[in-house]
Amino acid sequence: MTHNINKDYIGAKIGMWLFLFTEILLFGGLFVLYSVYLHRYPDEFHLAGQELNVYFGTANTLVLLTSSFSMALSITALQKENKKLCMVLLIITMVLACVFLVNKYFEWGAKIHHGIYPDSPTLLERPKGEIIFFGLYYIMTGLHGLHVLIGALIIFVVLVLVAKNRVTSSDFVAVENTGLYWHLVDMIWIYLFPLFYLVV
Amino acid sequence: MNSSESKTLSFWEDDGRFSGIFSWIFTTDHKRIGLLYLYSVLSLFAVGVVIGLLMRLELIAPGSTIVGAQTYNAFFTVHGVVMIFLFVIPSIPASLGNLFLPMQLGAEDVAFPRINLLSWWLYIIGLILILISLFTGQGAPDTGWTFYVPFSEYTTTNVNVAVIGVFILGFSSILTGLNFITTIHRMRIPGMKWTKIPLFGWALYATGWIQVLATPILGITVLLIFIERTMGVGLFDPAKGGDPVLYQHLFWIYSHPAVYIMVVPAMGVVTEIIPVFARKHIFGYKAIALSSLGIAFAGSLVWAHHMFTSGMSDTAVMIFSFLTFIVAIPSAVKVFNWVATLYKGSIVLEPPLLYALAFIFLFSIGGLTGLVVGAAGTDIHVHDTYFVVGHFHYTIFGGTVFGMFGGLHYWFPKIYGKMYNKRVATTAWGILFIGFNVLYFPMLVLGIMGMPRRYFDYLPEYQLGHVVSTVGSWIVAVGLILMFYNLYRGIKNGEPAGKNPWNAATLEWTTLSPPPKLNFIEEPELTRGPYEYKGIEDDAQYQ
Repeated sequence: MTHNINKDYIGAKIGMWLFLFTEILLFGGLFVLYSVYLHRYPDEFHLAGQELNVYFGTANTLVLLTSSFSMALSITALQKENKKLCMVLLIITMVLACVFLVNKYFEWGAKIHHGIYPDSPTLLERPKGEIIFFGLYYIMTGLHGLHVLIGALIIFVVLVLVAKNRVTSSDFVAVENTGLYWHLVDMIWIYLFPLFYLVV
Repeated sequence: MNSSESKTLSFWEDDGRFSGIFSWIFTTDHKRIGLLYLYSVLSLFAVGVVIGLLMRLELIAPGSTIVGAQTYNAFFTVHGVVMIFLFVIPSIPASLGNLFLPMQLGAEDVAFPRINLLSWWLYIIGLILILISLFTGQGAPDTGWTFYVPFSEYTTTNVNVAVIGVFILGFSSILTGLNFITTIHRMRIPGMKWTKIPLFGWALYATGWIQVLATPILGITVLLIFIERTMGVGLFDPAKGGDPVLYQHLFWIYSHPAVYIMVVPAMGVVTEIIPVFARKHIFGYKAIALSSLGIAFAGSLVWAHHMFTSGMSDTAVMIFSFLTFIVAIPSAVKVFNWVATLYKGSIVLEPPLLYALAFIFLFSIGGLTGLVVGAAGTDIHVHDTYFVVGHFHYTIFGGTVFGMFGGLHYWFPKIYGKMYNKRVATTAWGILFIGFNVLYFPMLVLGIMGMPRRYFDYLPEYQLGHVVSTVGSWIVAVGLILMFYNLYRGIKNGEPAGKNPWNAATLEWTTLSPPPKLNFIEEPELTRGPYEYKGIEDDAQYQ
C-alpha cells in the first residue's frame, strides 16, 4: 500500500494538544458544577471536606508528581539514545500509577465501609450540601482514576513499542505525546487535591 | 498493467491492502471514508425523515390518529437524536469535508488517516448503541433529544444505552475536528498561504475548533446522566441538593455551539458554489473567512438563550439576549458577501446554485426568526411552541441540509465522474423548495397562535395549520425521492462529466473525475487563487 511515510512531528504534537484541550474541557464541566455547589453550600462543603483523609491525598499527590518526573526523564533518556534507561523509567512511571490506584482503592474502600457512597442510606440522611460534596468527590476522583488507568495502559503500549524499536531516538513523538497526556492527568489531580482535601 | 495505468486508476478501483468490503471499512483513504460517512448519514437521514413523516401524519387531526401518546414521545425523541447526532452534525464535515478538504489543500490525505477511520468506526458503534436503545429494554427513549433532567433520570425507557451512544458519537466528532484542524495547519501545498485556502476549508477550520472545544462538555453531560441513572448521585436532583437548571447550562454549552457545527460547513459549501456559478471572484474573501471564526466564537457564548424561561437572573437574560444578537452580525456579513458576489455576475442557474440560493432564502428566514427567539421579550411568548420548531427547521433543514444537497450536486461529478440529469435535478429542487415552505411556514404561525411543541394532541383551532404542514411533508418527501432517484440514475447511467464540468478554480477540479487514489497524478501546483476564473475555460478542453 502506498502510504505517507513522512512522519509529521509538529502535526502529531498539534493533534495531541488539541486532544488535551478536550480533556481539560471534559473535567471543566465538573469543575463548573463544583464551583456552583461550593458557592451554594460553603458550610457543608467545609464539614464534609474535613472527613477526607488528607494523608492519603498528600501521598497520592507525591506519587503522581514523582511519576511525572520519571515520565519526563524517560523521554530525555530516549532522546539520548539510552533505550534501557528509558524503559526502566517508563516501568517506574507505570508502577507509580498503580500505587496511586491502590491508594485510591483503600481510600474509597474506607469511605464506602462507613456507608458513604452515592445514594447510600447513610449519606442521604446528611445535609444536601454533603450529599453533593461526596457525589462530586466520587465522580471527579473516579473519572480522574479512570484517566490514570488509561494512562498506565498507554505507557505500557509505548513501553512495548520502545522495546520493539518501533519508537526510537529519532522518532520519539509517541513517547512525548504519552508524556503530555500523563502530565495532564497529573495536572488535573493538582487541582482536585486542594479542592477536595485542603481548601474546604 | 504498467505503472502509469495504475496511477490513473480511480479511488473506486484501487483497493489497496484489502479487497471487497474490507477495502472500504478498513480503508484509510479520506475519499472512501468520506463516502462511508456519506452513505451512513444519508441512510440515517432517511430514517429520520420517515419518523418525521409519521409524526406529521399523527398530527393531521386532533386526538390519536395512528399512534398513542407514548409512541409519539418516542417518535420525537428518536427523530431528534437521529437527525441531530447521527445526521446533521456529521453530515457535511465528515462526508463532504473528508472527501474534499485534503484535495482542496492539494494534499494526499488528512493528517491522521487512521484516526479518520477510527472516527467512522466510533460513529458506527454509537449508531449501533442508539439502535439497540430503540428496540431493547423498556422502550425507546422518550425524553426528547435534549435528555432534560429530572425526567431523564427517572424514566424507565432505555436512556442509559442512548446516552452512551451519544457519548461515543461525540468522541467521533472530536476526532474529525482535531484531524481537520491539523490537516489545515500542516498539509497545505507549498505556496498556499492562509489567504489562499478555499473558503470551505476556512469553514471546516472554524467548525473543527467548535467540535474540539464544545463536544467534551456534551460528553461529560451525557456521562453525568448515565451516572445519575445508575448510581443516583443527585447532582441534578433537588431532593438531594442538586439543581436541574445546571444540567440545562451544561447541555446547551455544547448544544448551542453544535448548531454552528451544523451550519458553518454548509455556509462553506455555499461559498464555494456561488462564485463558480456567478463567474466572479468571491466578494470579501477575508470577511467571509473571519466571519466563520466569528460565528464559532460568538456562537459559543450564547447557550443560555435556551433558558430564558428556566429561571435565570434578569441580568443574565439580558446579557445572553444581547450576545445572541451579536451572532447575527457575522452571519449577515456572509449573506451580504454572497449577494454582492452575485451582483453583476454572469450567473448560470445550475442545480448547485439553485440549492445555494434556497439556502440563502431559507437560512435568512431561520436567522430572522432566530432574532425573535433570541430576544428575551418575544421569547417568553413563543418559548417551546411550534414557532421554535419552525425556526430551527428553517435553520437546520433549510440551511444545513440544503447546503449539503447543494454540495452533493456540486461535487457529484467529481466523486462519480458522471453527471446527473440537470432538468430533473431542477424539478426536484423546485418541489423540495415549495414543499419545505408548505411544511414549516405554518409551524411559525401555529407557534404564534400558541401551539406548544412536542404535544401529541391539540385543540381543534390548530387543525388547519397542522393539515397544511402535513401535506407539505408529503411534498417534501416527493422532492427528496425524486432528487435521490435522479442522483442514483446519474451514478448508474450518467454522461461522463470530465475533469472540471463547472469550470471551477479550486484544486480538486484539476485532477481526474473520479480522482485517483492519491488524489493527483502529479504533484499539484498552485497557479491561481481559489476564485480566479480568468482563463479557466481552457482547462475544460482537457476533459
